[in-house]
Amino acid sequence: MNHPEAVITPGRGGLFGVASDYIWRNPRMFLFLMLLPPLLWLGIVYLGSLFALLVQSFFSIDEFSGMVVREFTLKTYGELLHPANLDIILRTVSTAIVVTILAAIVAFPIAYYAARYARGKWKAIFYLGVMLPLWSSYLVKIYAWKLILAKEGILNWVFAKLHLTWLLDAILAIPIIGGNSLSVSYLGTCLVFLYVWLPFMILPMQAALERVPGNLLEASSDLGAQPGQTFRHVLLPLALPGVIAGSIFTFSLTLGDYIIPQIIGSSRLFIGQAVYAHQGIAGNIPLAAAFTIVPIVIMGFYLWMAKRQGAFDAL
Amino acid sequence: MTISVQFSGVCRFYGDVKAVDTVDLSIQEGEFFAMLGPSGSGKTTCLRLIAGFEQPSAGHIEIFGETAELVPPYRRHVNTVFQDYALFPHLNILDNVAYGLMIRGIKKAERYAEAEQALDLVQLPGYGARKPSELSGGQRQRVALARALVNKPRVLLLDEPLGALDLKLREQMQDELKSLQKVLGITFIFVTHDQGEALSMADRIAIFNQGKVVQVGSPEDIYQRPDTRFVADFVGSSNVIPADFADKTNTAGQWASLRPEAVRLVDSGGRTAVVISRSYLGAMTRLVLDINGIRLNALSPSNQALPADGEQIQVDWDSADVRLMDSST
Repeated sequence: MNHPEAVITPGRGGLFGVASDYIWRNPRMFLFLMLLPPLLWLGIVYLGSLFALLVQSFFSIDEFSGMVVREFTLKTYGELLHPANLDIILRTVSTAIVVTILAAIVAFPIAYYAARYARGKWKAIFYLGVMLPLWSSYLVKIYAWKLILAKEGILNWVFAKLHLTWLLDAILAIPIIGGNSLSVSYLGTCLVFLYVWLPFMILPMQAALERVPGNLLEASSDLGAQPGQTFRHVLLPLALPGVIAGSIFTFSLTLGDYIIPQIIGSSRLFIGQAVYAHQGIAGNIPLAAAFTIVPIVIMGFYLWMAKRQGAFDAL
Repeated sequence: MTISVQFSGVCRFYGDVKAVDTVDLSIQEGEFFAMLGPSGSGKTTCLRLIAGFEQPSAGHIEIFGETAELVPPYRRHVNTVFQDYALFPHLNILDNVAYGLMIRGIKKAERYAEAEQALDLVQLPGYGARKPSELSGGQRQRVALARALVNKPRVLLLDEPLGALDLKLREQMQDELKSLQKVLGITFIFVTHDQGEALSMADRIAIFNQGKVVQVGSPEDIYQRPDTRFVADFVGSSNVIPADFADKTNTAGQWASLRPEAVRLVDSGGRTAVVISRSYLGAMTRLVLDINGIRLNALSPSNQALPADGEQIQVDWDSADVRLMDSST
């Protein structure tokens, strides 16, 4: 038989031809070139600024001149422990915990439905329904909630029409979480946080639940477990990485937010607002930096605990 | 003898699809019962009906005389070995095996002791601390078996448990399952699409086709005396030929089966056949023959002199080996 073509074609030549051959022969070089830009971005812009922040938190401010004293000191961290500042931290952290737990409870049935039952069109509707709120402006949504929760708002109106005003009043009369109206209470703050961050809980949960094979639930039931036992011993442990991932979002986003508590809730400060106030008007960058470290430390501790509890064993 | 599982007119429909269509079965206590059929024939659905994962659309199921409809799986004293084992990935082997006991509230020390015993039974002692992902397919299969047996079920359901294993391991597990069943004396109901597996292990076999049971009988019955064309085709590689061709005394229009090993090569006095092709199978060689336009498979021992492709030979068979069948299915 006659073979008109050579078995091995000659190199294409030119810059791209030579570069292609070179990269094919040096896969490590390819990886290096591919990762260099994002690593530079991550390393310098992201981690670098975080590190600069960390360094700032060990400086202090001269109380008379208002100038930053660039000497290593723990004085600023000491200031964090002032009752007023401790109050801010406690308020923010407890709100974040409540929002996270509520989000997990509300998200689970939705995520479970989407992972185990929704198919085709319904799955698309689920994704659309969860993502749609994320596409509209954050501020618009929060001001909309301000109107919904206000004393003259639609929620009050609905309660009145249902002759349940007494119930709303009773809820608002609860100390700490209550207030004059929902829009100026911690309850309102938590509700809006819950609304805004819920998609960040639903999506990782749904992804985790989707990866639990259906026959494991059947196997559990076959071995005598009632639905509640199957949930506790099989479904929850296997979905836990997703729950943890979601809670990292809701928890850290709540810890850092400074707009929602400013618009909805009592006028008391959250960590984000404190950071905003200290670095802007007061010019106290070290204290603002020290405040920023708090969520980072809390998240680090949370992840360490989760790992110790075996939350990532099923990964 | 006690009947362990009884199906009376059981149906399971999914919309228009009749997955199980009016099945009647009675499975004896202590029996090794195989459900054999091609995929989609309804055998796995029948198993799931016994386990309680599915509910019948019509008909009645009894397990040891008790009505099983609407009883959830966790209230049935029946355990399943799943096709892909379904071991819990977040638990180690010991906790996997002890799961059913843990659910029943048996104390840690006691349930671990029983789980260890079950692991001994399936020849995996000392594997308790490992995770399922660290085990091979065959080992996982044994763990799944131990996890089911530790609960001392009245009926053990096995859903193609050997399907994912390689040939050598599969043969070994077949022997082990068979001897385990003899020792334990509990009812094994075994779903498979592998006819060799069903023939070698089961006391009785039910052949499924399109949601119906087409024949129930001992392996010999099924293999030697298939009732229908489907059974003859599906079990083994039987020749399905016109009855009047197989045996001159029979009437036309009917079909008959003839086992390939019943076809003998003779020196003279038989029928003239042309060898179309030969395939060497080890101990036996399969010859594809043509007799006046009718294709016939013959199995001959490889150690005798065999004809070449295209050669004309003489073949014959005993009329006792010709089995008449229902013409319908």
